[in-house]
Amino acid sequence: MIGPQSSLVMYEEEYQQIVVLLEKLLQESNSKVIFLVDKNGQLIAASGETANLDTTSLASLTAGNIAATGGLAKLIGEKEFSILFHEGEKDNIHISIVGGRVILVVIFDERSSLGLVRLRVKKTSMELASVFEELAFRSEQESKSADSVSPFAEITDDDIDNLFN
Amino acid sequence: MSFINYASREINCKIVYYGPGLCGKTTNLQYIFNKTAEESKGKMISLATETERTLFFDFLPLALGDIRGFKTRFHLYTVPGQVFYDASRKLILKGVDGVVFVADSQEERLDANIESLENLKDNLDEQGFDIEKIPFVIQYNKRDLPNVTPLDELSRLLNERKVPELEASAMTGEGVFETLKAVAKLVLNDLKKGG
Ligand SMILES: Nc1nc2c(ncn2[C@@H]2O[C@H](COP(=O)(O)OP(=O)(O)OP(=O)(O)O)[C@@H](O)[C@H]2O)c(=O)[nH]1
Ligand SMILES: [Mg+2]
Repeated sequence: MIGPQSSLVMYEEEYQQIVVLLEKLLQESNSKVIFLVDKNGQLIAASGETANLDTTSLASLTAGNIAATGGLAKLIGEKEFSILFHEGEKDNIHISIVGGRVILVVIFDERSSLGLVRLRVKKTSMELASVFEELAFRSEQESKSADSVSPFAEITDDDIDNLFN
Repeated sequence: MSFINYASREINCKIVYYGPGLCGKTTNLQYIFNKTAEESKGKMISLATETERTLFFDFLPLALGDIRGFKTRFHLYTVPGQVFYDASRKLILKGVDGVVFVADSQEERLDANIESLENLKDNLDEQGFDIEKIPFVIQYNKRDLPNVTPLDELSRLLNERKVPELEASAMTGEGVFETLKAVAKLVLNDLKKGG
């Protein structure tokens, strides 16, 4: 298990696998935009028509939304609500939790349907969950192995000061 | 919980501004937003009541620059300070990397500060954080007002852990970036140890 203080780490290889899965879901579900967010609100990956979207804000609000409904769920004795759906006039948002840890968001319009999105999301979720399992395993291995050097081990106070100039 | 992305070469860290109602948390973020260059910031989101009290959170994403070839991003959040929003405060603390406690220096808010700090400790503890270890700084805000508690007294009452402490007046911006810098420094140093 990943404790509250450990970092989420993403490597190139797993990132590519995730992007491929998102692209495939985008096509198979006929949706407009798909993104994947960490439960703490950090954007992990996005695909589709993201050019005019503020994905950082979307990520943070999605995580807030999941956190709030998760709080509601606990109050009525549920573990969590694993799927949320918001219906708009043109666009709809389907939000689901993958592997207990990350949030998959699918935005779609009349070219698709809730049924189709649901179906495709279900399959992709399982595939994504296994990538995240591998990722958790890998980052644990790497943090244990003695010869792995963190790129941040050498950070100096000067480096940090320079950020604010 | 920081997010280290080797694929996009980015580090993301989450910083939460905590403190009693009306102490100036949102004002801190607004000042940072106003003074940060367009290319270094995203949109500021405020989920607030009609009277501008924070209802769920404020959110401000900042991209500060590079460290060792990694883009450094900080996600700043504020909590709602009003006592009855405790459930929301707990949610926002999830995955936090560093905490700024904004104290309201006005004499009549002394008890509110102490109560809010106790609440912070309880909530951090509940989330499994080690209160003694989490990157933490204290800002004594509203120093511009006439009826403020002397610094040494505030420090004695609120800063048991002897963490970095700063005076500020968030409305004019005094001490605001110094506070952010102080907590960022602790967070990045933590990353260095832990990474
Ligand atoms: N004089 C003075 N007023 C301040 C200062 N900082 C904030 N204020 C004022 O205090 C009031 C509350 O500030 P906010 O930033 O909204 O307070 P908050 O901590 O976000 O409050 P909640 O959202 O309810 O938790 C506003 O009217 C601010 O203008 C300061 O340094 N000096
Ligand atoms: Mg506020």
